[in-house]
Amino acid sequence: MTNPGSAHVEVSGLTMAYGGFVVQRDLDFTIGRGDIFVIMGGSGCGKSTLLRHLVGLQQPAAGDIRYSGTSFLQASPEQRAHLLQRFGVMYQQGALWSSMTLAENVALALEQYTSLSPAEIRELASFKLALVGLAGFEDYYPSEISGGMQKRAGLARAMALDPEILFFDEPSAGLDPISSRRLDELIVELRESLGATIVIVTHELPSIFTIGTNGIFMDAERRTIVASGNPRQLRTECEDPKVREFLTRGEQS
Amino acid sequence: MTAAECLLEVATGNDGELILRLRGDWTVSRTLPPSEPLRPAIAGARSLRFDDSTLLAWDSLLIVFLRRVMALAHSHEVPVDVHGLPQGAQRLLALSRAVPERAGAQRTDGRAAWLARLGASVIVVGEGLRALLSFIGEIALAVGRLLRGQARFRRADFLLILQQCGAQALPIVSLISFLVGMILAYVGAVQLKQFGAQIFVADLVGLGMAREMGAMMTAIIMAGRTGAAFAAQLGTMTVGEEIDALRTSGFSPMDFLVLPRMLALVLMVPLLCLYADLLGILGGAVVAITSFDISFSQYHDQTLAALDLRQFGLGLIKAAVFGVLVAIAGCLRGMQCGRSAAAVGDAATSAVVTGIVWIIVADALLTILYDMLGW
Ligand SMILES: Nc1ncnc2c1ncn2[C@@H]1O[C@H](COP(=O)(O)OP(=O)(O)O)[C@@H](O)[C@H]1O
Ligand SMILES: [Mg+2]
Repeated sequence: MTNPGSAHVEVSGLTMAYGGFVVQRDLDFTIGRGDIFVIMGGSGCGKSTLLRHLVGLQQPAAGDIRYSGTSFLQASPEQRAHLLQRFGVMYQQGALWSSMTLAENVALALEQYTSLSPAEIRELASFKLALVGLAGFEDYYPSEISGGMQKRAGLARAMALDPEILFFDEPSAGLDPISSRRLDELIVELRESLGATIVIVTHELPSIFTIGTNGIFMDAERRTIVASGNPRQLRTECEDPKVREFLTRGEQS
Repeated sequence: MTAAECLLEVATGNDGELILRLRGDWTVSRTLPPSEPLRPAIAGARSLRFDDSTLLAWDSLLIVFLRRVMALAHSHEVPVDVHGLPQGAQRLLALSRAVPERAGAQRTDGRAAWLARLGASVIVVGEGLRALLSFIGEIALAVGRLLRGQARFRRADFLLILQQCGAQALPIVSLISFLVGMILAYVGAVQLKQFGAQIFVADLVGLGMAREMGAMMTAIIMAGRTGAAFAAQLGTMTVGEEIDALRTSGFSPMDFLVLPRMLALVLMVPLLCLYADLLGILGGAVVAITSFDISFSQYHDQTLAALDLRQFGLGLIKAAVFGVLVAIAGCLRGMQCGRSAAAVGDAATSAVVTGIVWIIVADALLTILYDMLGW
C-alpha cells in the first residue's frame, strides 16, 4: 500500500462552489504517493478552496475525493477520524491555537491519539519544534513570536503525528527569500525522511521549480484545470500561453 | 495662476466629427461638468476626439470624466480617438482597460425590486433558523458525548473560563443587584406607604429578587460580559483558521470550545444569581431601614416569612436556563463569524442582542409556565 508512485489522492469530477457561485468545475487529477504536488494558478482562482476540499473542511458541490481508495465523503465518522489523523495541514497564517503554548499546540494531537506518557509527549513536542528551528520556544505563546516563526510552529504541529500527507497553503507567503528557501529544504527533507506526500499551494516560482514533482494549473476564467504535470516541463512544453506566462513571470516573448 | 475652472467646449469638425476641448484645471479640487448632456451630441456624431491644447493641469479626475465620455461613446458605437489627450492620460486609460472586468464579478443585487429583496430577507431568516437548529442539534450530540465520557476538552481551558465568568463577574453583579434591590424598595415603599403598609416592602424585594430580578439581571450582565467575550474569542479563532485547524486535527470544535463554555455558564450563572438575590435583598433592607423607619429585625422577620427555598429554587432554574441561552448565543455567533476583523465585532454585538432577546423571551415563557403550574 505504501509503494511510491501509486495513487494517494484521487479527485474525480470535483466541482467547488460557494452557494450558487461556482469556483471551479470538473477537476480530475491524481496525486501519487511521495509526490510534491503543486497547486498553481492566479489569485482568486480557488487554490485555497481546493485545499479546504482536500482536507475535508468543505463539501464538494459534485464529484468525489478518495484517499488510498477511501472516499472521504462516504466514510463513516470513525474512518474519517482515522483519515484525519494521517493528515497534517499548515495554514496560511499558522493558525496556532492562541490560548496554548507552542509545545501544547504540538502536543494536543499526541495526547489525543497516542498513549505516550506526558514526559514523552513533551520531549516529542520539543523535538518537532527543534526540527523547524524553534528549539527553546516551547513555552512561548503564539502572540509572542514573529509571523515567520508562527508558520514554522504551524509546520511542527502539522508534523506532530508523522502524517502520511502534508498540506500547505502558501507556506512561503510573507517570508524573506532565505527563510522561504529553508522552508523548501525542510519540505523536501520531510518527504525524504517520512516518505510523506506533500500538497502545496504556492506562487513562489523558485519553490515551484525546485521542489515540485507534479502539479496542476487552474484558471479563474475557464474555471477548471488548464494544465497538469511537472512544473519544469510545463514551463517549456505547455501549449497554453497563460500557463507559460505565469511560469516565466511573463518575461518570455 | 488664477483659479482656472475646468471647462469643456464642444465643437463640431468635418464629417460629423465631435471635438471635446478641455480647458483649464482638471484636478480633484474641481467639480466635473456633467457628461450626460453630451449624450445627444455624441449619439449624433460619427467620431469623437479630444483637444488638450488649452488644458492647464489634470489628474485622476480627468480620467474619471474621460471614462464617462468613452462609456457614452461606446454605448452609441462612436469611435473615439484618444491621441488628442496628454500622453500620461492615454497611458492611464489604457492601463485601466488592460484587465477587462471579470464577468459576473459585479454585484448587481443592489437595485433588485422590493419583492425580490423581501424574498431574499425571508430566505436569510430561514437560513438563520436552520443554522440555529443545526447548532442546537450539534450541541445536543456534544452533550451526549460528554455524558458518555467521550467529549474532549482541556481542563485548563475549562477552569480559566470558570474563573472568567464566575469570580471575575462578582464586582459588577454585586453593584447591579444591590442597586436593583434599592430601586425595587423605593418604588414599592413609596406606594405602600400610602396605606401604611410599608413593611411589605420586604416581601416585594424578597420575592422580586428571588423569583425574577436576581436571575434576569445576572443573565443580562452575563450576556453583555461573557456572551460577547465568547463570540469574540470564537470569532477571532474562526478568522485565524484556528477552528479549521481543530477540525483537521480531528477535534470537534463543539466539544473543545462550546461545551466548556456552556458548562461554565450553567454552573456559574445560578451561583451568581443566588449571590445577586442576597445582595438585592440587602439593598432593599438598606433603603427600608434608612428611609422608611423599618427596623432591621422587622425587615429580617418579614423577609423570612415571605420567602422559602422554593422561591429561590424557581429563580435558580431560570438562571440555569439563561446560562445555557447566553452560552449558545455567544458560541453560535462566534462560530458563524465571517473571516474578517469587522465580522468579529458584528459577532460580539449580535451575541449580546441575541442573548438578551432570548433571556427576556425565556423569562416570559417560564413565568407563564410557573403560573400555570401554580408554583
Ligand atoms: N467564504 C467565501 N464565500 C464566497 N466566496 C468565496 C469565499 N471564499 C472565497 N470565495 C471566492 O472563491 C474564489 C476562490 O477563492 P480562493 O480559493 O481563496 O482563491 P485563491 O486561494 O486561489 O487565491 C474567489 O473568487 C473568492 O471570491
Ligand atoms: Mg489563497
